[in-house]
Amino acid sequence: MEEKRIAMAGQSDAGASVHARRVIAYVVLILITFICLFWFYVLFVNSTRSNAELARGFRPLPGNYLGTNWDNLVHGTLPIFSGLINSLIVATLTAVFATYFSTMTAYAIHAYDFKLKKFIFTFILMVMMIPTQVTALGFLQLIGKMGLDDKFTPLIVPAIASPAVFFFMKQYMDSTLPLSLVEAARIDGSTEWGTFNKIVVPLMKPAVAVQAIFSFVTSWNNYFTPALVLHTDTKKTLPILIAQLRSADWLKFDMGQVYVMISFSIFPVIVVYLLLSRHIVGGVTLGGVKG
Amino acid sequence: MKKKSKVVSYNKWGYIFLIPFVVIYLVFQMIPLFSTIYNSFFENYRSGLKQIGPNFVGLQNFITIITNGDLPTYLKNTLIMWILGFVPQILLSLLLGAWFTDPSLRLKAQGFFKTVIYLPNLIMASAFAMLFFTLFSNSGPINSIMLQFGLIQEPYQFMSHIWSVRGLVAFMNCLMWFGNTTILLMAGMMGIDPSLFEAAQVDGATATQIFYKVTLPLLKPILIYVMITSLIGGLQMFDVPQILTNGTGDPMRSSMTLIMYLNKHLFSKNYGLGGALSVFMFIITGILSLIVFKFTTGEDKD
Repeated sequence: MEEKRIAMAGQSDAGASVHARRVIAYVVLILITFICLFWFYVLFVNSTRSNAELARGFRPLPGNYLGTNWDNLVHGTLPIFSGLINSLIVATLTAVFATYFSTMTAYAIHAYDFKLKKFIFTFILMVMMIPTQVTALGFLQLIGKMGLDDKFTPLIVPAIASPAVFFFMKQYMDSTLPLSLVEAARIDGSTEWGTFNKIVVPLMKPAVAVQAIFSFVTSWNNYFTPALVLHTDTKKTLPILIAQLRSADWLKFDMGQVYVMISFSIFPVIVVYLLLSRHIVGGVTLGGVKG
Repeated sequence: MKKKSKVVSYNKWGYIFLIPFVVIYLVFQMIPLFSTIYNSFFENYRSGLKQIGPNFVGLQNFITIITNGDLPTYLKNTLIMWILGFVPQILLSLLLGAWFTDPSLRLKAQGFFKTVIYLPNLIMASAFAMLFFTLFSNSGPINSIMLQFGLIQEPYQFMSHIWSVRGLVAFMNCLMWFGNTTILLMAGMMGIDPSLFEAAQVDGATATQIFYKVTLPLLKPILIYVMITSLIGGLQMFDVPQILTNGTGDPMRSSMTLIMYLNKHLFSKNYGLGGALSVFMFIITGILSLIVFKFTTGEDKD
């Protein structure tokens, strides 16, 4: 809070030189970096310590029990590998479905004139405000009747109707997709289906990239619905396994293992993210410049 | 802008492209919504091995969750934790977004900082909550560090105090979402025509003036989006307090959120009370979103 106030003051001071503002910006950014990364450093260090070492208090340097902790976890009762694969399948397909079909829905509203257009657009904006949780009760009863209980389908397919993703796509389309382009494609003999897939989708790439990331993360993080839908141990996604870890009160047994389990669900994502981050940030920037 | 210039026969494609959304929405959202509302008028739960109901009870379920104090308490808890997390988040995001996009600052290592601030968002909320639970436990590293530095004499019991638990939940929410918000706002800020900034600079506007008079008004659509989605997200708050408190919402249910309460009913298959709570959530979300939406569009006229 403190550094923020100073920064604001610095910014509002009309006389402050660019140099001073730059210094303030760097100080704040370094502090924020520390606050963001500190927890993961502690997590890493503690994953490398034995339960006995951890009980003696925190040491900032890594120990050498990582392998042992890992061995204990793998030979334990939690099906962590199937959890990882399940999470990957569900989140990837959700991201693909959400972005592709939301772009399609946005395009329908953006490029065509039809009677129900205004009604449907307003309707989607209105339902955007309804959290999926409020319909969870009926949703669970429905998938029970459809025989989809304990399956991935009810976690993936509903992503086709993602009002929030649609809203973003529509906003982006309004600023980047001139209808003259669609007309030009028609004159060149392109079919509507072809125009959408070959011209509109590629043009929307920056927005699709941003929304794909967000959809993937939302699904990957999702604990509420999967916990209600999936019951078989080998079908459970990682968040459910983490919750089991919490309720099993493992704290009484082996803290080293607990930290390794948390690391296992956090660090692979961080590594993949660090590899992709250039594209992620680049995609976001690109999306903005075009508007 | 959109006159009837298009040939009519093309426009049937508008309907065709809408089919996937409409079908999936009707099946997986609309039908469940109606059956949830339907359920809210029935008494339907398990007592031991005995199944009670379903019996039609009218509005009794709604009266029950209000008069026994559950709904007001959990709504208050949820809103407190959302506001505690959202206010610093949006301020931080606006500030960082303005810095990153300010051409006169020319910050170096922007890629690095952006990567870092978005990082917490990728972390699975439940794993993050589990991590904080272990870090802030009585024998955890945070207490250990504070003891070593002599800041405290004995371990502080983070999980036994109302405001430390709420604070931790809000802090985690803020940390997880401010990078996401910053990136969204930046996308909006970079979408602003650079010549507007140049013109303002030529006219002698300061960085602050440019921020308030050029950036903020032009950012309004994306700010509306961020605010609405964050409010909806806040009311859905579940993973972090659920894992942090192991579903109890302790101490004394002060961190029990609406969805945690709903989750309890869904697991115990109390469809009557669960349904009533869902209907309430539906109405509350609708009203609050409308207020935010009206509020932000109303400023247009100033």
